[in-house]
Amino acid sequence: MLILTCPCCGVTGEETEFHGGGEAHLKRFGPGSTDEAFHDYLFSKVNPKGVHLERWRHNNGCGKWFHAARDTVTLEVYGTYPAQTTQPPQSIKDAISAKRPGWSWREFA
Amino acid sequence: MSNSVSALNGASATGFATVRDMGLQGMITLRGDLSAAAIKNAVKTAAGGDMPSAGHISLSDAGSAAWMSPDELLIVVPYADADAKLAEITKGMGDAHHMAVNVSDARCMFAVSGDDALVREALAKLMPVDLSPAAFKIGQFRRSRMAQVPAAVWMADTGEARIVCFRSVAQYVFDLLKGATAPGSEVRYMAR
Repeated sequence: MLILTCPCCGVTGEETEFHGGGEAHLKRFGPGSTDEAFHDYLFSKVNPKGVHLERWRHNNGCGKWFHAARDTVTLEVYGTYPAQTTQPPQSIKDAISAKRPGWSWREFA
Repeated sequence: MSNSVSALNGASATGFATVRDMGLQGMITLRGDLSAAAIKNAVKTAAGGDMPSAGHISLSDAGSAAWMSPDELLIVVPYADADAKLAEITKGMGDAHHMAVNVSDARCMFAVSGDDALVREALAKLMPVDLSPAAFKIGQFRRSRMAQVPAAVWMADTGEARIVCFRSVAQYVFDLLKGATAPGSEVRYMAR
């Protein structure tokens, strides 16, 4: 069971109050991109053992989307941060580094 | 003119606490920039109270205003006044970017009343929320889920809880509350 804090409304709730929205920080490849890039954008998702960055929606609450950094093994939540960003803020990176030194997730580390 | 009634038309059930359909309630959804002066004035004129802070509901004799999300308020007024209040809000907001809709007939409101600890306990059986008196005070407002459906809850007074849910799930929520307050099912966790 994950305990998430919505950065939009500040409510701390358990997992069933939220809904997972898949991998975070996807870079969109649309018209004009190669078939391979478009395929990877649609289907190639990471499934890490350890640190993972995800999108979540507070669907039984304020209804807003946000990002969460968590661990898929320990179910520890390192932090949540607003959806209006293309990369995790330094504070989140620091929180992960404190627990998992040398972590990396896609291009972030 | 048809005779408007609430979803359960005032049904009630009494177990270790009393569950009651509050009947028709005027509810207005107001979305916009909550820090704008126009919206604060709109809340004042419509609900008679101050702007609620995040996660709270401001209660006054004329009505109440609940903080639903960073850009949304729920204004509760008497059912008969809802259209007039909506017109007032729309006029007051003027050109400011906003959305105000009368959602009275899309929602329903329940009251659970009785001993404070038992009322909180009945709700805590159904919601993943810390409803202890220390964590959930009078005037706090929490949107969450009640079993399988979204619901919002607040304590209007000691031993007086209010629940707002969608009208389409009114019977489901009533049955849940009735089950949670069934005589003999007291856990007395909060009372300890």
